[in-house]
Amino acid sequence: MDRAPVNNSVGKWLPAVVLAWIIPGGGHFLLKRPGRGGLIAASVTAMFLLGLMMRGALFQPQTGDLLTTVIYVGGFIGNLMSGILYFVTVWLGYNQPDVAGHVHDYGTKFLVAAGLLNVLAMVDAFEIASGKKD
Amino acid sequence: MPKMNLSNFEAAVLFALFTSVVLGIITKKTDRERVRYAAYCFACFIAAIFGLSWLMYLGHG
Repeated sequence: MDRAPVNNSVGKWLPAVVLAWIIPGGGHFLLKRPGRGGLIAASVTAMFLLGLMMRGALFQPQTGDLLTTVIYVGGFIGNLMSGILYFVTVWLGYNQPDVAGHVHDYGTKFLVAAGLLNVLAMVDAFEIASGKKD
Repeated sequence: MPKMNLSNFEAAVLFALFTSVVLGIITKKTDRERVRYAAYCFACFIAAIFGLSWLMYLGHG
């Protein structure tokens, strides 16, 4: 099976991966895949905005027992992975407490899931930039 | 920012839609394969939503 030569030099993939983190879909735009970049940007942004409109809570890193650490640190990392969406939200003072209710709960999950989808997009940008896929 | 009240079903369908789009984009090589895989993932999500909903309904008694 023919495969494109793999280019693992950091200078080749790092800008695409960092841009993919900061601006969802940005890595694909940098790599001249605007169609895929646009769909990723739309999906991640829509999921994040829906999370905000459902008044989901943003996680703060918190340690304690193992479960608490995994949930709160993991949730914080998930939020952080949304890049500029997260930074602007925090900068504008969004501070929704974690309250009971299925809508708030879905909102919290949507905010984390947006970040996790962006992680998948970052991995894809890495693979494209390093020549592992088109 | 407007507040949105979605039902469990609406939220799960929206989650399935956006997740399927991203999974389709990142996993396959051609556009045709991407569309097919995204549709397949979405169908699996919907099947899981209905299947697990019925399971919970019947299990609850």
